Amino acid sequence: MTKEYKTIKTELRLPYELAYGATWTRFFEGMQEKKIYGTKCPKCGKVLVPARSFCPKCFVDTDKWVEVSQEGKLTAWSYTNYRYFGQPVDPPFIGALIRLDGTDVDLLHLVGGIDLKNFDEVKRTIKNGMKVKAVWSDERKGHILDIRYFEPV
Amino acid sequence: MARPVGIIGTGQTKHGKRMDVCYPELVREAVMTVFAETGIDPGDIDGVVSGTMPSMMEGIALTHFYFADAMQASGKQILKTETCGSTGVSIAHTAYYWVASGMADLVLAVGHEKMNEGDSQATMTTVAEPFYQRFFIAGAPGVFSMQSQMWTDRYGIPEDKLRDAAAYISVTHHNSAFDNPYAHIKIRVTMDDVKNARIITYPVRLLDVCPNSDGACAVIFASDKMIRKLGKKAAWVKGVGYSGEEYYFGDSDKAVWQAAIQAAKQAYKQAGIRNPRKELDVAEVYNPFTYQEMLFYECFGFCDFGQAPDLVLKGTFGRKGELPCDPSGGTLCTNPIGATGLIRTAEAALQVMGKAGDHQVPGAKLALAHAMGGVDQFNGIIILGSEK
Ligand SMILES: [Zn+2]
Repeated sequence: MTKEYKTIKTELRLPYELAYGATWTRFFEGMQEKKIYGTKCPKCGKVLVPARSFCPKCFVDTDKWVEVSQEGKLTAWSYTNYRYFGQPVDPPFIGALIRLDGTDVDLLHLVGGIDLKNFDEVKRTIKNGMKVKAVWSDERKGHILDIRYFEPV
Repeated sequence: MARPVGIIGTGQTKHGKRMDVCYPELVREAVMTVFAETGIDPGDIDGVVSGTMPSMMEGIALTHFYFADAMQASGKQILKTETCGSTGVSIAHTAYYWVASGMADLVLAVGHEKMNEGDSQATMTTVAEPFYQRFFIAGAPGVFSMQSQMWTDRYGIPEDKLRDAAAYISVTHHNSAFDNPYAHIKIRVTMDDVKNARIITYPVRLLDVCPNSDGACAVIFASDKMIRKLGKKAAWVKGVGYSGEEYYFGDSDKAVWQAAIQAAKQAYKQAGIRNPRKELDVAEVYNPFTYQEMLFYECFGFCDFGQAPDLVLKGTFGRKGELPCDPSGGTLCTNPIGATGLIRTAEAALQVMGKAGDHQVPGAKLALAHAMGGVDQFNGIIILGSEK
């Protein structure tokens, strides 16, 4: 038997208050009103969602707000079936990339509205390219999870 | 024009769950090994580069200060490089640039992580901001599995073939780990074990994913002049590449992953490589997930897009194949993240120096090492050769 050495249990708890700034603030105010906002790049013309203050490809300020569609197509997905400390969404869940109609990037969010406990059912139902639409929470706080998930149309 | 630079020695800890040592002692184990192996007097080292994934993995900030003693760095210039999963290759790049610039003749590069001391996925999830992405990425497996799923769909790869190829990779690497004295996970697994393992993040199952490892790796980079003075054999740096893309996961295509493609292109250009599958003798691809490993083969030009599963099943990338990949067992069997890219580099160096022991690819002269990091954002490559 090798000797067991001692360990120390320790914890870090640090409070933060992060600034959203004007663009995220407006985006989340939109969420509260069941609206999804993007911004448009004046140079490449791409509609970016969530809204940003500048284009990550052209590095110029975006100049136009666009309320985007709440429906789109599934680009990719994964079924998460494990836990870690402080996990903000309880597993099992489906993380997904969704291309909302009329936008030019994928929105990262959840797919739900089906029985997630049954993986065979999930696999039968969830297909790339399928149409999905936003399902809103009744109690919205101006948060990304004001959309509970996207469900198959 | 950069000066020629070579790696003259490597040191690895025994990787695994290392609750027998505190963190600086783990780092010291790798550092002492490389000094013993090379016979270099620590006093002759000009500078030290150190790195982890996020420092918060172990709950201690700025670990290069914590490890200054273990790395014998007091009185020397010290740098920290931290690029998430690609940290290890970025440490190697930093050391390379330092020597290649002519500002140093001997640089010690050290990568380290003690993943069993914290909650690795909780830590990694903090790489994503808490406005938007943190809620959905599900640690490292979540994003990389979504990427693999996108790739599978793009090329219409049948599920049966895909699972067979992933299982083949898992079996091969788990077997290879037995030939690597430093590897963490040493278990024999069958194709059926892998294919029927519990789903972690679909399509990734338990035996498709790397472990949490504690480990450190130390590598000494030397100038041409110093290598001649010491009369040492070296693994010469032939090319380096690093490339990334936009921060948000949904902003760029991950199936045809430009960050990986461009990093490889840069490195191939410097190394004069036109046909990597033919010209490379071995590759240490950063492969925490079997599925993603296939995507890297394609992005690095080892084969066409959508073709990797077929070639995997033919054994092209196996130990006796045309281009053996991860004969060390790779990241799949050993992943102390901040060290992992440097371990890939060290393994590539061992191969071209003919010192890889039981997992030596006979006659290997040109090797690629790789690591990637972020929320599917950045890739780094280093190419090493036996000839200057
Ligand atoms: Zn633009």
